[in-house]
Amino acid sequence: MKWAGRSIYKGYAVGRALVSHMDISFFGGVDPDTGVVVERGHDLEGQSISGTVLVFPTGKGSTVGSYTLYRLKSNGKAPVAIVNTECETITAVGCVISEIPCVDHIPIEQIHSGMHLRVLGGEGWVENIQTAVDQNGASP
Amino acid sequence: MLGGKSGQAIQKAMEILVALGEMYGAACMLPVTSVQIAGVSYDNLGEAGLAWLDAMAVGGGKVRTLTTLNPAGMDITNWQTLGISPDFAVSQMRVIDAFARMGVLTTCTCTPYLTGNLPHFGEHIAWAESSAVCYANSVIGARTNREGGPSALVAALTGRTPAYGYHLDKQRQPGVTIEVSARLQTTDEFGALGKAIGLKLNGVNAKPVCYICGIPHADLEQLKTFCASIATYVGAAMFHMEGITPEASTHKPPEWTIPITQADLEASHQLMNDAMPDAVDFVSLGCPHLSIREIAHLAELLNGHRVKKEFWITTARPTKCMADQMGYTAIIEASGAKFAVDTCCVVAPIKGRFKVLLTDSAKACYYASSKNRFKTVLRPFDDVIAEALR
Repeated sequence: MKWAGRSIYKGYAVGRALVSHMDISFFGGVDPDTGVVVERGHDLEGQSISGTVLVFPTGKGSTVGSYTLYRLKSNGKAPVAIVNTECETITAVGCVISEIPCVDHIPIEQIHSGMHLRVLGGEGWVENIQTAVDQNGASP
Repeated sequence: MLGGKSGQAIQKAMEILVALGEMYGAACMLPVTSVQIAGVSYDNLGEAGLAWLDAMAVGGGKVRTLTTLNPAGMDITNWQTLGISPDFAVSQMRVIDAFARMGVLTTCTCTPYLTGNLPHFGEHIAWAESSAVCYANSVIGARTNREGGPSALVAALTGRTPAYGYHLDKQRQPGVTIEVSARLQTTDEFGALGKAIGLKLNGVNAKPVCYICGIPHADLEQLKTFCASIATYVGAAMFHMEGITPEASTHKPPEWTIPITQADLEASHQLMNDAMPDAVDFVSLGCPHLSIREIAHLAELLNGHRVKKEFWITTARPTKCMADQMGYTAIIEASGAKFAVDTCCVVAPIKGRFKVLLTDSAKACYYASSKNRFKTVLRPFDDVIAEALR
């Protein structure tokens, strides 16, 4: 399965999807030292976004959130790529300054946490590269 | 600029502007005449944010237009009196130094329009600081999107911003009429109106620009606090106020109408009171930063009295200089109240230091509660002072 969206920031990444159905505020909502979501009541509360292809509808909250992404990247705790329904300024600027591939206009309801994804930021593609073996529960 | 001939900092800056322009479908870049940058407190930036600013300064970044700065995490000269740690102070000064090296005027205020950064009607600008964005678009009639710290900085370094959003007539059209029958007199009531509108528009995606009717008069201080509140509770970048803001007369009130009654206003106000006045251990006025008129009034009320609680007055350094010259500072400091210049209770690192905040600002209540986990008591300006003296 391959989805064509819009390029927000270039770059290539492969990783496991971590899907949220709620908007994310990086400032205050994600611990910049650990990558763990700390917003109370968030559907990713307690989970780490570090090393994932982070999939969520859109960003929200303080514009300082762009720097939070930069802090996460500097601390080695950033997502490897970001996929949105509709990107906005905080996430877009955060991805450019942190050099995180980012794609939006993707039907994220078709993506599930744990899917093995390939993201081509510059082309605006997101691809599910899960193998048949993989889907049967064996390790990839 | 994008090719790198103007240096690394400018190249990265243009890369950000192009990404934003493409994302929002901008047809071109617009020259900007004024910039206000947010994201100054070290409490919010951390070491990585500072590293990025430093890289932009080292990479040759220099502002190309009038550029001022939002409040920092401390008073630059008087931080020890306010209980700020020396480690924090050193880091905070490194942030301010990085901005200064890029030619940013380190005003450290959320009210640039009171201290020399005052665009005129119709000018394209790039401002961060949500309350000032709302003031610029609505009260002045200048044109800006709600920029963030980084996007405002890159607009300053290139002198440009992509032409989308509130730079275009289309986005400035009102989408809902707010019919206010409640009576508004004090700044806390204007703040409560912002939250009341936020409650009514809760759940509405893509919040419409409000066309507000029924307010016969609003002065600078009332508009300043209302802008901060509607930006905080609605996420609004602008509003029109019939008979008061300059673009209101160019629009008709939209058909979709939401009433705000006295009961709505009181309910909203009550939500910002979750503690009793007896429990207050921290008093703060100046969100947004106090005007010279408010400081003069404050001095009048504090003259010859002693405050009984930790009391911070937050304002811009140029405003404080005027207060010094007029003798207001001496009167206020003799009462035991402290000036916290260059900073405010939203961005200072005060989490855990206090339990209950008393203020006249609806915006301050929001951040005290969410960021610092304080309880809050919202009162009119004069009552805040009376309570602090009790």
